[in-house]
Amino acid sequence: MTGGMATTVAILVAMMTAATPLLFAALGELVTERSGVLNLGVEGMMLAGAVTGFAVAVATGSAAVGVVAAALAGVAMAALFGFLTLTMLANQVATGLALTIFGIGLSALVGRDYVGTPLAGLPPVAPSALADLPVIGPLVFGHDALVYLSLVMVVAIAWFFSRTHTGLIVRAVGESPSAAHALGYPVIAIRYASVLFGGAMSGIAGAYLSLAYTPMWAENMTAGRGWIALALVVFATWKPGRVLLGAYLFGGVTILQLHAQGAGFAVPSQFLSMLPYLATIVVLVLISRDSTLIRRHAPASIGRVFHPDT
Amino acid sequence: MLLRLEARGATSQAMVYLAPALAVALTLTGGALLFTVLGYDAGRALYTFFIQPITSVYGLTELAIKAAPLCLIAIGLAIGFRANVWNIGAEGQLTVGAICGGGVALAAWGAEGPWLLPAMLIAGALGGMAWAAVPAWLKVRFNANEILVSLMLTYVAGHLLTYLVYGPWSDPAGFGFPETRRFGEEGRLPILVDGTRLHMGTLLALAAVAAGWFLMARTLVGFQIKVIGLTPTAAGYAGFSQHRTIWLTLLLGGGMAGLTGVAEVAGPIGQLLPTISPGYGFTAIIVAFLGRLHPVGILFAALVMALSYLGGEAVQISMGLPLAVTGVFQGMLLFFLLACDVLVRYRLRLGLPRVASARRAAPEEAAP
Repeated sequence: MTGGMATTVAILVAMMTAATPLLFAALGELVTERSGVLNLGVEGMMLAGAVTGFAVAVATGSAAVGVVAAALAGVAMAALFGFLTLTMLANQVATGLALTIFGIGLSALVGRDYVGTPLAGLPPVAPSALADLPVIGPLVFGHDALVYLSLVMVVAIAWFFSRTHTGLIVRAVGESPSAAHALGYPVIAIRYASVLFGGAMSGIAGAYLSLAYTPMWAENMTAGRGWIALALVVFATWKPGRVLLGAYLFGGVTILQLHAQGAGFAVPSQFLSMLPYLATIVVLVLISRDSTLIRRHAPASIGRVFHPDT
Repeated sequence: MLLRLEARGATSQAMVYLAPALAVALTLTGGALLFTVLGYDAGRALYTFFIQPITSVYGLTELAIKAAPLCLIAIGLAIGFRANVWNIGAEGQLTVGAICGGGVALAAWGAEGPWLLPAMLIAGALGGMAWAAVPAWLKVRFNANEILVSLMLTYVAGHLLTYLVYGPWSDPAGFGFPETRRFGEEGRLPILVDGTRLHMGTLLALAAVAAGWFLMARTLVGFQIKVIGLTPTAAGYAGFSQHRTIWLTLLLGGGMAGLTGVAEVAGPIGQLLPTISPGYGFTAIIVAFLGRLHPVGILFAALVMALSYLGGEAVQISMGLPLAVTGVFQGMLLFFLLACDVLVRYRLRLGLPRVASARRAAPEEAAP
């Protein structure tokens, strides 16, 4: 294998790694939003997942238990959001922001003893004989279990919404909760389930950061990825396949700017670090420009409180 | 379900004012629980957090120093929130305001005059407005979500500031520390009380309370903002421009945040550093809601939230708790407030719904 080829493969593998947390968080938020609920607390849920996953992995010595604990932490945060917005009918935008502020503070508080603690990252799942194959080895067999799980989730969620009866009900709740309610579907329960699923996925996304991407805990280590995931859902026009595309695109931007920094590019590193955020804005503008496109794909009731009396 | 929410005929005015008080009380209870769980003496922790910081004159001036930026930003944001314009990027607008105002001070280094401070304040406000103009333009022209755009720009502003203080603007005599020169006397906000850090910028916050109240309660523009927020369709029929309101509220919010940024660097800080705000731009969002989006309410809410910063520092110094406790308290307060707010429009009822059971019975009677 030539050196150039090896670098390209390394960049592609790193791109998949960088994209995986975005993919988990965005897929979870997609399901939440499809049920008509806008949860802006993704960043907070990811941080809760990251710190819980790390702490539990350190305590038990098992990354798998850490990931499960992270998902549960995400669920707990999402339950708080669900209680406020679905049971107490609070404003979803304000509650989501509060969840993020709370998550940043709480994770820093819980994680204060773990700053600087070393941890081995998630191991690749495939046997090394396969991973050592040229090119396809690292690309196809070189990943940890969560990378594969994220890809399985893309297919599973796409299939759920397009091929299952339950998926159709969730979509109906997102499009017209009053119609779904009139048909006898438990709108609030379905929304709870979607919100909790989103929380679990955000928790796993956070755990991926603290257990695999950079196996360590640092305050606020998500660095806006939760918000980028929210933008990805809009970019993807609420379609799982396009979330995959968007996440890998962003993984690419992140890795390219890191490589450019490493290669001693003439541009100051801070400007390169701005790229993922600027790219988010550009992508958001490109997709939102066509307002009918957004209106056609966005769940019609998104962000609105549902109460059968009103 | 035994406990359920029933819509009130009209919103409860009493609950509008009671909800924040209830939320503060619940936060104190939650805080006591949290401290106990973490293994600290809850009584002592709460005293250190909420009372001790304001038992001295110096403490009170520090409270005002921290409340002023929150109040200034929150008044600007609240006007936008009234119109359903969600500017979440005040932290970035604050940063750019500090960069622009600080840039003027650095450019004038060695050639200062009494004109410098006003020029800095104007530059800061314009900087914040420029940063907020981006989400405004992208929203009006391309329909891009202002929450995400303004938030992404916050990260961009942070990197820009880091670049400047590490690079071209770093103090030539600063041994490579990430900081700029200290601004000259002419570029600093005058101190109001000798022996404290209380600066002229706190008066800006008071002026903003008055101006914000006047705008929302006494002008047509304020009325239009409220109507657009409450019923966009009615506002449309009345000929109120949605686009103009988006521009106006974002520029106003950005300008106030920018002014806050420059007041911070010309006030307590005195130079540009890699971090100039402990999250004032985000906390101001909570302040706006806690203050019921009303300027006077925001003033009180800013004092409460400023206390959460002082309290965080106090428990860090005397009890070794991390500063992050502040964020936990702030988040908790907003949660409780949002939960209590439901009581404004709904009342809690025990037992099964009467109306619904009547409805269920009706078709059976009509069936035969």
